[in-house]
Amino acid sequence: MTKKVPVVENILKANDQLAQSNRQVLDAHRTFAINFMASPGAGKTSVILRTIEALKDHYRLAGIDGDIATTIDADRIAATGIPAVQINTGGTCHLDAVMVSNALPQIDLDNTDVLIIENVGNLICPANFPLGVHLNVLVASVPEGADKPYKYPPMYRGVQALLLNKVDLLPYFDFDVDYFRKGVEALNPGLAFFPVSAKTGEGFDDWIAWLKGQIDAYLSTE
Amino acid sequence: MHELPFVESILKITLEHAERAGAKRVTALYLVIGQMSSIVDDSVQFYWDILSKGTIAEGAKLHFQRIPAVYRCWDCGHTYELDGEHLACPRCGSVRVQLVQGDEFRLDSIEVE
Repeated sequence: MTKKVPVVENILKANDQLAQSNRQVLDAHRTFAINFMASPGAGKTSVILRTIEALKDHYRLAGIDGDIATTIDADRIAATGIPAVQINTGGTCHLDAVMVSNALPQIDLDNTDVLIIENVGNLICPANFPLGVHLNVLVASVPEGADKPYKYPPMYRGVQALLLNKVDLLPYFDFDVDYFRKGVEALNPGLAFFPVSAKTGEGFDDWIAWLKGQIDAYLSTE
Repeated sequence: MHELPFVESILKITLEHAERAGAKRVTALYLVIGQMSSIVDDSVQFYWDILSKGTIAEGAKLHFQRIPAVYRCWDCGHTYELDGEHLACPRCGSVRVQLVQGDEFRLDSIEVE
């Protein structure tokens, strides 16, 4: 005789639960964590390096870098003088809450105001695996094309800030900025949007000013 | 794309609830999957067949209930189901819309003996 047993549990709950626990650990140390995501080659690391330069005289920073191979990005971040930990995911295409929870003890959170996490270059999978950060940022780039919000909705929906990098290349690409922005608005109305060039520095003042506002608001709460 | 770890999670949740209910066998699973969550039914079935072998859930039938994507327009308040790929509000044309349903991926219930 069969009976129906109600379950009503979300399938990704193990990751979600650990993400919440990561968030609690970060909050206990008053560390503002940022998850940077993007396609490979969009300029995540370049944006992060320039962001670090702008922030490091005002906040104590640390970095966690995720890649399937090499320590190239963690080395670049460490070269700025801030502590950096590399996670090699062993082939997994995204960081998840488990990996981050294993990396957090390697960071001196008591003496870290802002933790920058660079996810694996991937426009799909990271959107399904929250890490427990305070701010999710997507770095899009002009050469990728203006149709990416339409083709990759979960990623564009899941972030609180969007940088459009490599705007110095707009004269060389057929990138319809209006079409791009419409796609973004449809998925994520009111998303903070920053056209930038990590190479020339264009647009960084606005991005850094906004980011500082977010960080300061967090650090000043009880 | 991550149907393998997802199915591991489904199996774990299933066996936990089956044990709590004192079940000898699990005969069916009822999964609810939103239109906008990128889960492929065939892949779930494929990995389920492999991972459930040797457990009391082996051979359980998977039922997939697909939930349509529903948007609400920020500007005029209209709620509507997604029609093809056209996201804009059919009443006022605004693109300032919010997904209110369609992201789900959960195990709603299981049938046990």
